[in-house]
Amino acid sequence: MVIKILGSGCANCKKLYANAREAVNQLGLDATIEKIEDFKEIMVYGVMNTPALVVNEEVKIMGRVASVESIKKHL
Amino acid sequence: MFDWLDELIQLLVENVFNLDVTSHLGASVHFFIYDVIKIILLLGIMIFLISYIRSFFPPERTKKILERFSGAKGNLMASLLGIVTPFCSCSSVPIFIGFVEAGIPLGVTFSFLITSPIVNEAAFAILLASFGWKIAVAYVITGVIVGVVGGILIGKLKMENQVEDYVYRIKAGEVEIKQLSHKERIQFALQNVRDIIKRIWIFLIIGIGIGAVIHGLNEDGEVVRLLVQYAGKDNPIGVFIGVILGIPLYSNALGTIPIAEALIIKGVGIGTALAFMMAVTALSLPEMILLRKVIKPKLISAFVIITGIAIILVGYLFNSITHLLT
Repeated sequence: MVIKILGSGCANCKKLYANAREAVNQLGLDATIEKIEDFKEIMVYGVMNTPALVVNEEVKIMGRVASVESIKKHL
Repeated sequence: MFDWLDELIQLLVENVFNLDVTSHLGASVHFFIYDVIKIILLLGIMIFLISYIRSFFPPERTKKILERFSGAKGNLMASLLGIVTPFCSCSSVPIFIGFVEAGIPLGVTFSFLITSPIVNEAAFAILLASFGWKIAVAYVITGVIVGVVGGILIGKLKMENQVEDYVYRIKAGEVEIKQLSHKERIQFALQNVRDIIKRIWIFLIIGIGIGAVIHGLNEDGEVVRLLVQYAGKDNPIGVFIGVILGIPLYSNALGTIPIAEALIIKGVGIGTALAFMMAVTALSLPEMILLRKVIKPKLISAFVIITGIAIILVGYLFNSITHLLT
């Protein structure tokens, strides 16, 4: 599973990244988590409101820092 | 609206601290406790309500709406949507690229980028707490006017060539806008309340503290006389200085508004305070650095100069109609 966190590196993006990491750990999944900070790449997903969570190339959450629990549902 | 709190704190100050509220120290203590409780209360409630409404207007949806409008109507819609679309300065670049890529005119894009940060929930709540409804609403309306006028002027400058070339080459993907559940909206709103209060509480306490000291100053004392002379509504360069001071400051500086509240009671112009606030939110240095990734310095300067002048005019306008608003 490939998880991507889209965002320019602001505080909210870091928080979402940490929550995603925690969700993966709690579920014991084998997943890679990437940070995408380049705007050109972020725009490929059509996301304008960062941070966003992408799971296997599909945008699941955007514009908010989701909790560990709600991220789990998308994994 | 908060008379009950006012009286409650008055009882506290007189009976528990044994201070006379008409004394300098008593007035300061009363102002401090009353303002801290009132502002935190209003901030919490307003941020929650506004964030909940905002969860219905992601920028992706705003973009779709704006694609249907052109000309000045587009500028007006962009400013109005700027009020309800959640905006954090770290999103300004993707929003800019998304709008331009969708063919939304540069001027319309700027109307959004100007109004969106000016009219934010924290600024609104603090104004409401410090100055009441009339001024908070007047602030929102002028925030829209500054955005519309600024955007139209920037559009007239035809500076499309001042956008970095790569922006035009980006092909943005389509994203499906997900419906949030009621629970997710509540969560989003609560998180906003936490984030904003965590970010500005220390500045608020300091601001209210300084405000409290000013509050206890003697009306005809030397300090008050100097303040009114320099920041009073009759000083023509007061607004100008307020705007210049506001540019390097970031939104945390909203915490300084209680200082303005205390100053205005002493006779400082309200337009000076509002212009300062708009400059703090609309013209922030960190945002300009971010925008530099997508637009060239000439367009950034045009944006700063046009928005700055518009804000200064708003300051003078409010100073001249202070009597209608208080």
